[in-house]
Amino acid sequence: MKFSQGIKMALSAILSNKMRSFLTMLGVIIGVAAVIALIGLGEGATGQVSDQIESLGTNLITVNLTGGRNRSLEEDDIEKLKEKPYIESIAPYFSGSAIVKVGNKNMNTSLEATSPEYEDITNSHVQAGRFLVDNDLKLRFRVAVIGVEVADELFGHRNVVGESISINGTPFKIVGLLEEKGSSMMGSADNRIIIPLTTAQRLLRNTSIRSFYISADSPETVDLAVDELEAYLMKKFKDENSFRIISQSQLLSTVNEIAGTLTMMLGGIAGISLVVGGIGIMNIMLVSVTERIREIGIRKAIGARRRDILFQFLIESMVISGLGGVIGILLGITGSNLIGRALNLPVAISPRVIALATGFSVTVGIIFGLYPANKASKLNPIDALAYE
Amino acid sequence: MIEMKNIKKIYRMGSEEVAALNGITLSVKKHEFVSVVGPSGSGKTTLMNIIGCLDTPTEGSYKFEGVEISQYDNNQLARIRNRKIGFIFQKFNLLPKLTAAENVELPLIYMGMPGRERKERVAAALKSVGLSNRSHHRPNELSGGQQQRVAIARALVTGPMLLLADEPTGALDSKTGEEVMDLISELHSKGNTIILITHNMEVAKRGQRIIRLHDGLIVSDEEAVSV
Repeated sequence: MKFSQGIKMALSAILSNKMRSFLTMLGVIIGVAAVIALIGLGEGATGQVSDQIESLGTNLITVNLTGGRNRSLEEDDIEKLKEKPYIESIAPYFSGSAIVKVGNKNMNTSLEATSPEYEDITNSHVQAGRFLVDNDLKLRFRVAVIGVEVADELFGHRNVVGESISINGTPFKIVGLLEEKGSSMMGSADNRIIIPLTTAQRLLRNTSIRSFYISADSPETVDLAVDELEAYLMKKFKDENSFRIISQSQLLSTVNEIAGTLTMMLGGIAGISLVVGGIGIMNIMLVSVTERIREIGIRKAIGARRRDILFQFLIESMVISGLGGVIGILLGITGSNLIGRALNLPVAISPRVIALATGFSVTVGIIFGLYPANKASKLNPIDALAYE
Repeated sequence: MIEMKNIKKIYRMGSEEVAALNGITLSVKKHEFVSVVGPSGSGKTTLMNIIGCLDTPTEGSYKFEGVEISQYDNNQLARIRNRKIGFIFQKFNLLPKLTAAENVELPLIYMGMPGRERKERVAAALKSVGLSNRSHHRPNELSGGQQQRVAIARALVTGPMLLLADEPTGALDSKTGEEVMDLISELHSKGNTIILITHNMEVAKRGQRIIRLHDGLIVSDEEAVSV
């Protein structure tokens, strides 16, 4: 009996009891829809995070000094490092959080105190006004560059260059508005303000610089730049635990790894519901076989071999779960898009995931349909014909 | 065509042995019309099952068209059932969800025949039983007599050598039963070999030869005397 005949027989059996077939499929539908939606949202979020990391520049390196207060890098250290090969630019910085206030509106924001090099190193350009300049640092001006979320929240508009803003109680003048960067699971890149390093040092009465953003010449030389840094810092502090160097590409691969694991876990959990769906199929197929004992006897009497009967029932369960898979995929795609739109989350569904889900659902049909189909094929035609 | 020698079918019930057939020796030639009669428990259904390759004997030799098939495996028996034997059952045994044409088509599907050829054969078979205009009806839309005729068409469609009928009129009223027996007699006159079991002597007498079974043995085998 040819495959196409089998499919026709399977479809007519499935259509002859639509409600029951639908309920049987439901397990697979839900399982596949869940797999597709969860993986879609998972990969969407991952994509967004890695895009954001990448947007800061993949030749970005972060150096943090740890340990006692007297461990820091001075001006001449910075000059020497700048001259090293592969290292292009260095921006020392502090970061923390601050409360900013305009009129009677206030909000929490993240604060970074740094130097003009920061703009290029971290790709933080302004869309209006200017970034920090050397003079701001020299003369310790109280100027600030703010992100769009701060502007929107406190001013209600983006025409903020020249306005005044209070940072932890001290008034500053806004000289620039940053470009919009968007937000992700890592937080909003638009909710921050940047002030000159030296101004912050004076206000906080603290001059030691313990964190640095460093850019390598190019994404390809990042690892070499990291080596140079390591060598210098080891020579200076003689303790490899006194500093931590993180390159953006490292960060990216870590994020991808974590996200990958998370996505697989989500997929795995959703996959469990596919197994439950498969059990449901096996259950109904067993009932179906019992209901059709007489029919099987008749078919065998007119010449169906064991494998014809096995085939017939196996194809039936494969079609049920395959159809459930297709419906589940459509449901998963629409569902994840709806959720994404509602919660403002990105969705990324690749053809690979769809193929995986299809393959999975057909396989479930084969595995869980095998036992009932085998049982059907082994029936003795004489006994089967006599069954009432 | 059929040669059976000392066929026995023994069932084991716990420690006891029950012989449904206790040593049957018979031969049936092509074009014969044989009726098998006997009380219930005489073994006629068991004999029918063995002749029809639905079951294998415990002992004895069964030669079908000269080939020893008593030790055939399931697949081989299925092949014979498909191509060489046509069954007609008391309860018709049509598949309720298929139309008449689809029911008749089924043996051809298991034979592996391509679609176009199948449709032609089905049309011819339904025509030969006079049901061409009912081919799209389901069994529940047909009368008992019509259902049995569809079953006969199904039995004929692969062009088998042998037709086996198990109480073909058992579920029909006497008038319809007559019509079906007329059809079977007609098939015989067209050259088919027919073995029929029944406990209705009127039906049995339609055959040329009556074999009487009792307790798993043949007690008589004689020419039918037409009334």
